[in-house]
Amino acid sequence: MNKPLSVHYQAEQNPDISIPDPNQDMFSKNTLGFWMYLMTDCLIFASLFISHAVLANESFGGPTSRDLFRLDLTLAETGALLFSSITCGFALLSSLKNRRNAVIGWLIVAFLCGALFVGMELSEFSDFLSQGASWTTSAFLSSFFTLVGTHGLHVSIGLFWMLVIIGQLLFLGITPFVFRRLVIFGMFWHFLDLVWIFIFTFVYLFGVI
Amino acid sequence: MEHEPTLEEVQKEYHGTLKSYLLGFFYCLCLTLASFGLVITKALSLRNLVYALVALALIQAIIQLRFFLKLGHERKPHWQTMIFAFLVLILLIIAGGSLWVMFDLNNRLMPPM
Repeated sequence: MNKPLSVHYQAEQNPDISIPDPNQDMFSKNTLGFWMYLMTDCLIFASLFISHAVLANESFGGPTSRDLFRLDLTLAETGALLFSSITCGFALLSSLKNRRNAVIGWLIVAFLCGALFVGMELSEFSDFLSQGASWTTSAFLSSFFTLVGTHGLHVSIGLFWMLVIIGQLLFLGITPFVFRRLVIFGMFWHFLDLVWIFIFTFVYLFGVI
Repeated sequence: MEHEPTLEEVQKEYHGTLKSYLLGFFYCLCLTLASFGLVITKALSLRNLVYALVALALIQAIIQLRFFLKLGHERKPHWQTMIFAFLVLILLIIAGGSLWVMFDLNNRLMPPM
């Protein structure tokens, strides 16, 4: 007898319960789907990293990465994002104990650190622009602004998302749905910190050595 | 057939502990400072420095995946880990292949010195 190839989608007549798949509920499906989105997002960043790796030295007579990058600012940005990531983790831990105000407090700390990160990045960008290094100057700067700007845009969207979650916590409390959104947001936020590791290594540190 | 879990059931699924977060944070801080320190002090030759930086970044990425994103901690058919492994395969093909092609072209099209 031919069995259809569809996996776990519709109730089968005689389900094979020798290997149960427990991931049938909304929570598992949502987190798994969001994980898939993160993996595709990772591919976007990978292609931007590759174009930057190819174009990093093509400064076309304009300012090079050695002239522009300031490692102290990059280190501060790294610290802000790492701290934001871990405080978001603390918010998740407090939500496990149903302590709503602690969750909101940690999320606000994470929000402030993330906003500090975006602020430092914007001041860095405006500093570059004032030195005549805009994205139209050279291939190196085009790929730099695209890669770092895409990451900064993700972080900015994450900040907005954090505000929405804080609002939901205030008005709804910790319900299964809000908890699920918190978990998914935590994945997003940790993922952005993960991408930043590669940005500070392959863009900034490789740019000055 | 579909059973929606309650909040307690969902919370039980979540594996983070304060210890794992603090440990991950500590490791990441050390590795980040090590990367920046290596570049600032110029302790290594260029070639070794590149290898060291790549290694430090990969170690930190694995630590963040493990301690923050909880990869590999999920329930038995490890869907997340499988999807991640597939991503790594795609990344190796796309990233490795593109870089290989582009730098090979660079070498071949370099005007004779």
